[in-house]
Amino acid sequence: MTNQEIIAKLPYSKPFLFVDEILHINENGVEGTYYFDENLDFYKGHFKDNPITPGVILTEVMAQIGLVCLGIFLLDDSFNKATSIALTSSEIEFLKPVFPTERVTVISEKIYFRFGKLKCKVIMKNKKGEEVCTGTIAGIMVSKSEIN
Amino acid sequence: MISKQEIIEQLKTIVKPYVQNQESFDALTEETDFINDLKINSANLVDVILDIEEKYNIIIDNESMEKMINVKAAMEIVAIKLAEK
Repeated sequence: MTNQEIIAKLPYSKPFLFVDEILHINENGVEGTYYFDENLDFYKGHFKDNPITPGVILTEVMAQIGLVCLGIFLLDDSFNKATSIALTSSEIEFLKPVFPTERVTVISEKIYFRFGKLKCKVIMKNKKGEEVCTGTIAGIMVSKSEIN
Repeated sequence: MISKQEIIEQLKTIVKPYVQNQESFDALTEETDFINDLKINSANLVDVILDIEEKYNIIIDNESMEKMINVKAAMEIVAIKLAEK
């Protein structure tokens, strides 16, 4: 599966698609990027006259690149429209603010993928290479027929 | 050979961080169900299973995992896997 094919299989669309490019992906992890366009809707309100990327959005970027892209790669042919995807836990530290027009890189390292649960150590860096967020995210990715 | 009671105590230590129902945990018996009684969510149940694997140095396959719904089933599977070693 090519990196483009993985992005095409993501179950998100604008305004909630937060993956631009996958740089590297293998069975142990993934690295990808996202650019924060200044016209994104949430900047109008977070904060008033002072746009800063909300932590929940940073978490979502980390989850879409670090967990969902990797999960699609790992499930390979068994991933399809009937695959359920759910975020199950996240523990993130937010170290630096991310402003509009910044491009971030997400680096995710698989901790385990067992019984449909994918858990990863995920880092987000800004274009200077500084860590802006770091933490652990887990989610469930299983075919619907496997859920009781 | 470890006793039944020892295994129960060890399992209690393993599940403790994931338990959402303290009362049920305090009154834990072999019949205690991980999801219905202890209210451990299915995602955290995976961590319980992985912690059990680590504690006893065993590998739990999908089929065994699906059977591990309560303390008794977990004890039986641990015993089988330990015997296979």
